[in-house]
Amino acid sequence: MIETWLLWLFAGTSVAAAVLMLLLSHPMRVALALIATMLSLAGVYALLGVHVIAVFQVLIYVGAVMVFMVYAIMLLDVGDRALTRRFSRLLLPGVAAALLFLAILAHALWSALPAANGVSGGAALFGLKQFSLEFLGVYWLQFELVSVLLVAVVVAALAVLEVGRKYRG
Amino acid sequence: MLIATAATLFALGLLGIIVRRNVLVMLMCMELMLNGVNLALVTFAQQTATAAGAVLVLLVFVVATAEIAIAIPIVLLLVRRKNELDVDAYADLKG
Repeated sequence: MIETWLLWLFAGTSVAAAVLMLLLSHPMRVALALIATMLSLAGVYALLGVHVIAVFQVLIYVGAVMVFMVYAIMLLDVGDRALTRRFSRLLLPGVAAALLFLAILAHALWSALPAANGVSGGAALFGLKQFSLEFLGVYWLQFELVSVLLVAVVVAALAVLEVGRKYRG
Repeated sequence: MLIATAATLFALGLLGIIVRRNVLVMLMCMELMLNGVNLALVTFAQQTATAAGAVLVLLVFVVATAEIAIAIPIVLLLVRRKNELDVDAYADLKG
């Protein structure tokens, strides 16, 4: 069944690109690896039938967040020692802690979750119309709270810039 | 299987935050953790056939955008001070 194979392919690509993120040294390559992860996750979402989330994954994450990140990388092109020495001195404890964390997480998930049923059609529930009706009909309060959060972020970003201006005199 | 992928992405992001030096790479690893959480939420929403998980994913999108919009100006200010992206350069505070 080709959908299951594609699902494996996209999930494997996302994990491989995430591993690549840890190994590459230049931030721009790390950003490209992260974009690869996000695009393959969008493929996973589309295969799961959650098309709205797949579209927003590409639009918001790759289109907005990562473009912002790439701009920041180009703006901050300082060749300091963070470029030549990738890893901090916490490398070995970090790897050990991450493996331990993954083992605990896998154990908890393995014992708590029922067996997954693979690819099944979710398009009936997660089409754009049904999703929008549910989103703005039931979850309108969360929607409004998120807009308040966005206003707070705009104010905070302006405040940070103001601090920088004051610091420079 | 997808839940395992999500957990792996989250653990890799956490590992990246711990072991990398570059501030921007650490920010990107944070995004990777959020992506792992999103994958878990979508999988749960699809398995239980409820829209709540998908709605939560949209809210996580907004939170991720807000986080980046705040973090990048802070990084800009830090780099303007010392012209360095290494987090060890900013270990001025002694506890």
